[in-house]
Amino acid sequence: MKFNKKIKNLLIILVSTLALSACAAGKKSGVGSSDVYTGNDTVQYLASGVKDRVFFATNRSSLTTASRDTLRKQADWMRKNKKLNVVLEGHGDERGTREYNLALAEKRANAARDYLLTYGISGKRISVISYGKEKPVNSASTPLAWSQNRRAVTVKTK
Amino acid sequence: MSFAKDGNSDIYTMDLESRLVEKITEDSSIDTSPSYSPDGKYITFNSDRSGLQQIYTMKSDGSGVKRISFGEGLYGTPVWSPRGDLIAFTKVRGGKFYIGVMRSDGSGERLLTENFYQEAPSWSPNGRLLVFYRETKSGKNGEGFTAKLWSIDITGYNERELKTETDASDPSWSSLLSK
Repeated sequence: MKFNKKIKNLLIILVSTLALSACAAGKKSGVGSSDVYTGNDTVQYLASGVKDRVFFATNRSSLTTASRDTLRKQADWMRKNKKLNVVLEGHGDERGTREYNLALAEKRANAARDYLLTYGISGKRISVISYGKEKPVNSASTPLAWSQNRRAVTVKTK
Repeated sequence: MSFAKDGNSDIYTMDLESRLVEKITEDSSIDTSPSYSPDGKYITFNSDRSGLQQIYTMKSDGSGVKRISFGEGLYGTPVWSPRGDLIAFTKVRGGKFYIGVMRSDGSGERLLTENFYQEAPSWSPNGRLLVFYRETKSGKNGEGFTAKLWSIDITGYNERELKTETDASDPSWSSLLSK
């Protein structure tokens, strides 16, 4: 009887521990890339197969695997077109304070810039500008619109 | 003031006589929206160094950084009251924007008004009212915004629109001016 009770208590502790660690892990991953836009509706192309923009999670400036793939293609395209310069425009969604969004959008554009630099593109060919939340590509107030607006767009300058 | 340099935003001070600019926060996170305490000894600002945007205070030389907001949601645009007792802020939680106040140690948080989007509170000189701006959808299909100024008593009562001929945003209430 006592033995059974001990096992029961151990099981309760084990289940509680597992539940708590699952909660912690869930919280961490939920903040990550779950709300990053993955469609192509707003995307334009710099050249065949070279998308002009990458998307971000809410309040985040880290690049997703898909974003890195897009930027690698942009770097290839820039290497083949050595006279081209670009502006990286950073943007945010409407669900944040304005000053913070200006800073966050700047950080997003710089994350994209830094990735292009690691693929051998000269920093002299890339300038960065932040528009914060002032230039949404989709002005609706929906999670889909917000995800499309959290972006860094590469724009040709010449 | 806050500057973005090398892709990151930090808080800086500028000596108005010498124009000497000095960086006073040193963090890879976003630090923006600084506001001095009335005695000039402290600065409040918002930062996402904890992972999400929260309110912090520090001494005016950048030392002694302390997080003061711990509630659910994001906190931004902190503004120190003229009497030094309260900090007004914008809070984003559950898809809504709130204007609220808390004591300068972060205790006693009170949310005064909620809306779809509003921010940037500024104190009246007597520390009894806040003015801020609110945007509402203007188009039939939800496109476009109208921005208007609103004021509210720090008790949470007497919320009212300050009529302006055109759209208006980012109000800043002056200190008492001598006539």
